[in-house]
Amino acid sequence: MKNIHVSTTINGDPTEFICNPDESLLDVLRNRLGLTGAKEGCGTGDCGACSVTVNGRLVCSCLVLGVEAEAAEVETIEGMANGEKLHPLQQHFIDGAALQCGVCTPGILVAAKALLEKNPNPTDTEVRYWLAGNLCRCTGYDKIIKAVQSAAAEMRGA
Amino acid sequence: MALDENGKRIFKVVGTRPPRPDGIDKVTGRAMYGADATAPGMLQGHILRSPHAHARIKSIDTSEAEALSGVKAVVTAKDFGLPDDESVLDVQDNCMARDKALYDGHPVAAVAASSAAIAKKALKLIKVDYEILPHVTDVDEAMKPDAPIVQTGRAMEDLPDGLSENVTYHFEFGHGDMDAGFAKADKIIERSFKTAATHQGYIEPHACLASMNSDGKGELWCCTQGQFYVRELCADIMQMDASQLRVTASEIGGGFGGKTTVFIEPVALALSRKSGRPVKIVMTRDEVFRATGPTVSSSTDVKIGMTKDGRITAAHATLRYQGGAFPCGTVQFGAQSAFAAYDLEAVQTIGWSALTNRPKEAAYRAPGAPMAIYAVESVVDELCQELNLDPLDVRLKNAAQKGTKSSYGPTFDDIGLKATLDAAKAHPHYAAPLGPNQGRGLSCGFWFNFGGNTCVSMNLNFDGTVGITEGNPDIGGSRASISQMAAEELGIPYEKVRTIVADTNSIGHNDVTDGSRVTFAVGLATIKAAREAIKEMCTRVAKIWDIDADAVYWEDGYAKPSGPNAGTFDPMSLEEIAAISAQTGGPIAGHHEVNADGAGVSFGVHLVDVEVDPETGATTVLRYTVFQDAGKAIHPDYVEGQMQGGAVQGIGWALNEEYIYGEDGLLQNPSLLDYRIPVASDLPNIDTVILEIPNPGHPYGVRGVGETPIVPPLAAISNAVSRALDLRMFELPMSPPKILKALSSKV
Ligand code: FES
Ligand code: FES
Repeated sequence: MKNIHVSTTINGDPTEFICNPDESLLDVLRNRLGLTGAKEGCGTGDCGACSVTVNGRLVCSCLVLGVEAEAAEVETIEGMANGEKLHPLQQHFIDGAALQCGVCTPGILVAAKALLEKNPNPTDTEVRYWLAGNLCRCTGYDKIIKAVQSAAAEMRGA
Repeated sequence: MALDENGKRIFKVVGTRPPRPDGIDKVTGRAMYGADATAPGMLQGHILRSPHAHARIKSIDTSEAEALSGVKAVVTAKDFGLPDDESVLDVQDNCMARDKALYDGHPVAAVAASSAAIAKKALKLIKVDYEILPHVTDVDEAMKPDAPIVQTGRAMEDLPDGLSENVTYHFEFGHGDMDAGFAKADKIIERSFKTAATHQGYIEPHACLASMNSDGKGELWCCTQGQFYVRELCADIMQMDASQLRVTASEIGGGFGGKTTVFIEPVALALSRKSGRPVKIVMTRDEVFRATGPTVSSSTDVKIGMTKDGRITAAHATLRYQGGAFPCGTVQFGAQSAFAAYDLEAVQTIGWSALTNRPKEAAYRAPGAPMAIYAVESVVDELCQELNLDPLDVRLKNAAQKGTKSSYGPTFDDIGLKATLDAAKAHPHYAAPLGPNQGRGLSCGFWFNFGGNTCVSMNLNFDGTVGITEGNPDIGGSRASISQMAAEELGIPYEKVRTIVADTNSIGHNDVTDGSRVTFAVGLATIKAAREAIKEMCTRVAKIWDIDADAVYWEDGYAKPSGPNAGTFDPMSLEEIAAISAQTGGPIAGHHEVNADGAGVSFGVHLVDVEVDPETGATTVLRYTVFQDAGKAIHPDYVEGQMQGGAVQGIGWALNEEYIYGEDGLLQNPSLLDYRIPVASDLPNIDTVILEIPNPGHPYGVRGVGETPIVPPLAAISNAVSRALDLRMFELPMSPPKILKALSSKV
C-alpha cells in the first residue's frame, strides 16, 4: 500500500503528514506527529482514551483514519491549554483530584470540553451519560463528575 | 518507627489537599507513559500467541518469518536459558512457552521488525505444530482426580487421595474447638459460593522499550509498579548482572497489582539482544485480557453458627482458588483474611489452590480477600435475616478489636473496625427509607497492609528547596503525600519540595508499589530522612553559634537555641542554613533505608442500596457509602479516591465483570466491549467517611488505604440484591441473566 499525503490543521497549526491508507488517526498522532497525549486503551472504540475532536465533533481517534483528517480541524489534548493558562477543566481536574493514574485524563478532558461547548449547564446525569464512553478504572468517576461541574460553573461565570 | 509520642500533634501540611506535582503534565498530555517513549533505530516487537487452551508445541519453524525483509529478530523459548529459581522460571515460561502452550494467549514466539505491519506479517509466517491436549478451566473440575493435568510435577507434597495432581497448595488457619462452638449455636448456616475471575482492567496496556548493547549493558523503560522487581526478574531471565540493567518506570496508567510482574519485558530484551536494536512492545487490549492479570476464580464453602442474640460461636470456611497455569499462593491470603473482622473462639479456614488452563494469576488489589470475605459476609447476612437481627449490631457484637487473637494468628493492636461500624450505624444512609425492589446491604472488609524494603534520599538545594528521590511508581498521587510529609517534618511550605521516582541505578532497592505500602513505608522513610537532615542542620548551626549540637533544636523550619543556657541567637531558617552549607561542610542531605514493619491492618465497612428490575434482571446502585480507617489521611483527596475507585472496581466484580471461557477453553470476551467495567452512567456518587485511628507503627499514624476498599463491595452488593429480591444469591457476577435465572427458580 502506498502512503498518502494529508494536509490538515492540528490544534490550529497547519500540519502535513503521510500515512498508510489503513492507518488510524490515533497512530498518526502518536507515531508520526509525536502527539502522544491521546492514549490507546483498546484500539476498538471502547475506552475513549484516544478522544479528539475532528471539525468540532468528538471522536475516538482509533476509529478514524489518518486520511480522514484531510482539510479538517483536529483538536487534541495538547491544544487545550492556552499557552501557560490551563483550560478551566484542566485546572479543576488538578484542584479536585479528578485523576489518579491520569491515563484516562486526556480523553476525558477532551470529551468534557466537547460536552460543555454543547451544553454549558449539564446535570450530573447528563455528564455521566456523556462520559459513559470514557473509561476510568481508578477514580470511580465521583471526583471527575464533580470537577466537570465545577469547571462548568466557572465557565458560566457562576 | 513508632507513632510519635506527641500523638495529638497539630499538622500544618499533612491533612491538606495541595495540587499534585505531576498534575499539569497529566492534564496537558505531556506525561510519558509506557507506550509514549521512542529510541533511535527502534524496532516494533510483536508476539505470537497460542490459539489453543492446552497444546504440546511439537515444533516451531521461524525460517520464513526471518527471511521477510524488515524482520530483524525472531525469538522463541530456545533463546532463553533455564533460571535455577523455580518461580523465576515460571515467570519466564509465562512470557514464552517452552514445550507446552498452557492457555489461550500464551506466547510462543516473537518478532522484531522495522514496522508494526511487517512484524504482524512475520507472525503469520511462523509455523507452529501443535498437538492439542485436553484442557480444564474450572477450579472444582481441575481438582478432580481425572482432570487433565496442566503441568506435571507441580502437585503439593503429600497430595491427599482423591485429588488431582493440579492441586499445588493447601493452607489451614484457625484456633478453638469447632465442634463445641457449633454445639453452642442456635442457628447454623452452611452455603457454597462461586466468584468469577476478573481483570484489574487498568486503562493503559502493558508497554516497554528495551535496549541491549553488545557490551552487556541494558536499558528498559516500562510501565510497572516496581522497577526494582522488574530489574531482578529480567536480570535473572537474561542472565546478566542487575547493575548492568537500568530500569526506568514510566508514568503508570493504572496497575491495581497487575503490573507487579513482567509479561513482555524479557521478550523485548531478548529481541533487542538478538537484533542489536532498541525494541518496543505494546500490548493490545486483547493481549492484556488473554495473557496478563486476572485474579483467581473461587469456589467456597462457609459454615457459621450463631446464638439467638447474634454471637458467632464457630466459623468454618473451605476455599478453592485457581490461579491459572502456574502455582499460585493467593488462597493463603483468602484463608487468612476470611474471618479477620471477627473475634472468634472457634474458627478454621482451609485453602486449596489448583492449576487450570488459564493465564497466570497476577495480584489484584487485596489479592484473595474479596472472594473469601464475600462468602463469609453473605452467610453472616443470611444468619441476621434468619434470626431477625440488625446486621450492623451483629457485626459490632462480634467485631475484632485491640487484643483480639485474629483468625490467622496474630493479636491485633489498635484497629479501627468498631469505630468504622459505629460511624456506619450513625450515618443517615443507614436509616434512609427504601422503596419497592430495593435492598440495602453491608459488609466489612479487611486487608493486612505491608511495609517492606524502602529507600529514600532527601537533598537540600542551596536555595532552600528540597528534592526527594524515592523508588516507588506513583500510582495515585503518592508524590504529593510524600512531599507533604517532608514539608511537615522540615517545617517548610509544600511548594518547596519536589519528589521524583528514580530509576534502579539512582537509588537503592524499593519493593513494588503494592500492599498499600507506599504512603506508609515511603512516608516513614521520608520522615526519618528529614530527621537526619534536621540533625545535620542543627550540627552546622551549632558550629556557627559555637555551642553544643544538642543545644540546638528544630522547630517550624528553624534551628533555635534550646534555652537561655544555650545563649541568645536569632533562629536560622532552612533556607539560610542551606545557602551557606558550602561554607559549613558541604551539601546537606538525609536518607533512610529500612525494611519497614508495623504497617497496621486496615478495616472498612461499605453500605449500599440497590434496586433490581425484576423484568430485566438489571441492578442499579442507588447509593453507596464507604467508611474506612486511614490511620491518618495525609492527602484526604487521594484517600477518598482510593476508597471510591476500589468500591467501583468491586461493584463491577459484583455485577458484571467475568472471564468467560467456552467449551473450547478459549476466552470469549477479551475486549472492553464484552468485558464490561463500570462506566460513569452506571454509578451514583460514592460517598466517603474517613476515620483516623492512628497506626502505632507510623510516626504520623498512617495506614495503607489502597486495597481494603475492593473487599467489601462483593458481599455488600450481594446482600443488598438478595434482600431486594428476597432470594439469596450465591454466585458472582450477578449479571442480569443470572438474576433472571435465579428469579425463575423462585417458588
Ligand atoms: S483507544 Fe480508542 S476508544 Fe480505546
Ligand atoms: S485516573 Fe486512572 S484510569 Fe482514570
